[in-house]
Amino acid sequence: MNKFSVLFATALLAASAFSTAARAGDELTVTSWGGAYSESQHKAFIVPYIAAGNKVTEAEYNGEVAKIKAMVEAKSITWDVIDADTATAMQGCAEGALESIDWKKAGLDRSKFIGGDLMDCAVPNIVYGTVFGYDTTKIANGPTTINDFFDTTKFPGKRGMQKNPTVNLEWALIADGADAKDVYKLLATAEGVARAFKKLDTIKKDIVFWESGAQAPQLLADGQVVMTSAWNGRLQGAIDKDKKTFKIVWDHQGLDWDWWTITKGTPKIDAAYRFINFASQPAAMAEQTKYIAYGPANRDAIPNVAPATLPNLPTAPDNLKTAFNVDPHFWADHGDELKEKFNAWLAK
Amino acid sequence: MTSEVMRAADGTPLKTKLRQAERREVMRAFALIAPLFAFIIISFLIPIVVMMKTAFYDPNLRDSLPETTRLLQQWNGKDLPDDEVFHAFANEINAASKAKTLALIGKRLNYEIPTLKSKVVATARKIETVTAGPWKDAFIAADAVWGQTSTWVVVKRAGHALTPYYLLSVLDLRQNDDGSIGAMPEDRTIYVQVLARTLGISVLVTLCTLILGYPVAYMLATLPQRTASILMIFVLLPFWTSLLVRTTAWTILLQDGGVMTQFLHFSGVTWVLNELGLMTGEPHLNKTRIATVLAMTHIQLPFTLLPIYSVMKTISPTYMRAAKSLGASPFHAFRTVYVPQTLPGIAAGCLLTFILSLGYFITPSLVGGPTDNMIAGFIDTAMNSENNWGKASALGFVLLVATLTLYYVYNRLIGIDKLKLG
Repeated sequence: MNKFSVLFATALLAASAFSTAARAGDELTVTSWGGAYSESQHKAFIVPYIAAGNKVTEAEYNGEVAKIKAMVEAKSITWDVIDADTATAMQGCAEGALESIDWKKAGLDRSKFIGGDLMDCAVPNIVYGTVFGYDTTKIANGPTTINDFFDTTKFPGKRGMQKNPTVNLEWALIADGADAKDVYKLLATAEGVARAFKKLDTIKKDIVFWESGAQAPQLLADGQVVMTSAWNGRLQGAIDKDKKTFKIVWDHQGLDWDWWTITKGTPKIDAAYRFINFASQPAAMAEQTKYIAYGPANRDAIPNVAPATLPNLPTAPDNLKTAFNVDPHFWADHGDELKEKFNAWLAK
Repeated sequence: MTSEVMRAADGTPLKTKLRQAERREVMRAFALIAPLFAFIIISFLIPIVVMMKTAFYDPNLRDSLPETTRLLQQWNGKDLPDDEVFHAFANEINAASKAKTLALIGKRLNYEIPTLKSKVVATARKIETVTAGPWKDAFIAADAVWGQTSTWVVVKRAGHALTPYYLLSVLDLRQNDDGSIGAMPEDRTIYVQVLARTLGISVLVTLCTLILGYPVAYMLATLPQRTASILMIFVLLPFWTSLLVRTTAWTILLQDGGVMTQFLHFSGVTWVLNELGLMTGEPHLNKTRIATVLAMTHIQLPFTLLPIYSVMKTISPTYMRAAKSLGASPFHAFRTVYVPQTLPGIAAGCLLTFILSLGYFITPSLVGGPTDNMIAGFIDTAMNSENNWGKASALGFVLLVATLTLYYVYNRLIGIDKLKLG
C-alpha cells in the first residue's frame, strides 16, 4: 500500500509538473504565418517590443481555425495574438473563437485603418495582393495578364497555385472573360462556380499546389514551375533579398488584408491589446515595409514609408489599376461549400 | 466426520492466507504495468473514443435551436410546418445572432443543403426587424428556401444529436428527403475513390517491399555473421533516419532536372521510352503516383524485411539439405521447403507495412500530387481546412474499421499466433 501511494504521488507530481511547465511564464504568444512575413513582424514589432521590457514568444500556423477553436474549447489558450487572414478572422469571429475588438481599449482610431470597419474581431494589419510572378531568365517575353496565366499554349509549363479556392476561382472567371466587377455575383450562382471550375480544368494537369506562403517563391526558384501565384511580399522578398530575377504581374491582383486578432478567453488579454497597439503605430508599420512589401493598413504610416519601397506595395496606384478586393463577406458565406467543392475537384 | 481446516501460525485458514499472498502478487504486477496502462488509456483510448463520438454525435443544432427542433419532432414532414415552428425559429436565430452561434447553425445546415449558410445569415438579418406574425410568410418573404419542405426535413433531421450524416457522407451517400439512403451528387463525391486509392497504394507498396525485401532478407540470413552484420547497417541506417528527412530527400532527387531525371536521360531510359512512344520529352516524376509509391516503398522496406529476416534466421539449413538429399532440385526445395517456413515472417512484415501504409500522410502530400493524397490527408483537410470535425472523425472511423477488418481476416486466414516478428 505504501509503495502504491508513493507511485501515485510520483505520478501526480509528474503530471502537475508537466502542466505547470506547459503554462509557465507570462509571455505573450504571437502566432503568424512563418517565413519572410513572420520575419518582418519579428524585426519591426517583436524585437522592439521585447526591448521595451515585454516577454513574447512566437509561433507559426497556416490559418487553421480548427486549432484556434480547439484551444478555446479546451480552455487552454497557448496563442494569445494571432495574425489571421480574412477567412480565418471571419470564421473565427462568427464561430466565437476570437474576441470582439474594443478599439478604445486598443487605443487606436478605427477610422485611420483601411478596412477598419469591416470586422468586429480584428484590427487590420497589412494589405497584401495575391499576384503571380515568373522568372525573367526562363521566359523572355513574359506573361502580362491573368489570361496568360491560363494560356498553356502561349506559355507552356507548370503553374504554382495556392491550394485554396480564394482568388483562384475569381481569376478563372476573369480569364474566362468575366468582368472583375461581376465575379462575386457569378460565383454566388451554381453556373458561375461550374464555369470557374471548367476554366481551372483547362490547366489542372499543369498545376503544382502550394500551401504555405514561402513555398510559392521556392517553387519558382527551383524551376518546378514557370509561373506561380503568390502573395506579393513573398515574391518581392525573393527579388530584394535573394536577388532572384522574378517579375511580378500585377494584373487583376486580389487585394486582401491580414488582421491582428485575439483568441477568445485568453488570460493575457490586456497584454494582447498592448501588443496590437504597439504594432499598429505608424512608425512601426512603416518599419515593416523595409522587410516585406505589404501595404500598411494604418493610413498614417504611408508618409513614413521609404519612397523606393512605395511602387512595390500592392496599394501603389499603378498596381491598383485592375485590382479587385477579395470580398470577405462572400467568402464568409460561401467559403465552406466552395472549399469542399475545391477539395473534391482537386482529388479527382 | 468433519474435515480439518489447515491453519497458519496466526490462526487464519491457509487457503485465505494463500489467496492474500496471491492477491499481493497480482497487485504488485499491476503496479508495474500501471504507468503504461494509465498512459495508454489517457493518451490513446480516451482521445480516440471522444473523437469517434463526434462522427455520430453532433448536438450543436439541437442545442442552438432547442424549441424549433423539439416542435419539429411532431411535424408530419409533408406540408410546411406550423406558424408556431416558424415563430420559435425566429426567436432562436435572433438569440443565436446575438450569441454569435448563427454561423454554426448555418454551417451544419450547409453540409446538407449547400448555400443554406448564407441564407440563414441573410434571413436572420431580415427577421430581426419583424415584430409580429404570421412568421411563416415573413420567412418565405425573406427567402423562398423556407417555403420548401425539404429544408425543414433537413432541419428536423439535423436536430437529432445522433446522426448518421457524417458516416454516410464519407461513403459518398446521403439521406433523401423520405429518409431513404441514396448517392451524393456527382460533384461532391470523392471519398469512396479516396478509400480505394488508399487501399490500392498500400497493396502496391506492400508488394514492392516484399519483392525487394525477400531476397535481401535471404541473403542476410545465409551470409556469414560478420558480413551480414555489416550489410545489416545498410538496412538499418535509413530505418533510423527520420521519415520527414527521407521524404524531403526524395522530393529533391525526383524534381524536374534533378538527379533521377538526369540518370534516366544519360542511361538512355528516357530515349527508349520516347522511342517506344510511352512518353514525350523528359519525365515528370515529382508530384506523381510513381514518386509516392517509390518513396513509400523505400520507407517501408525495413518494416517488411526485418520480420522476414528474423524468421529466416531461425530456419535450420538442414531442412534444405535434407530435401536436396532426397532428390529435390534446389529451386523445388526452396519453393516447397524453405518458403513455407518463412510465411509467418512474410505475413507479419506485409501486415505491418500494409497497415502503416494505410495511414500515410506526409509522404503522399510532399512527393505526390493532389490525386495521390490518401485518406489521412483528407482527415487533415476536413479537420484544419474545412473545420468539419464530424467528417474528420467519420473518415478516421472508416480507416479504423478497415484496419480492424484486415486484422480479423488475417487472424482467420493465418492466425495471429503465427505472427512472428522475431
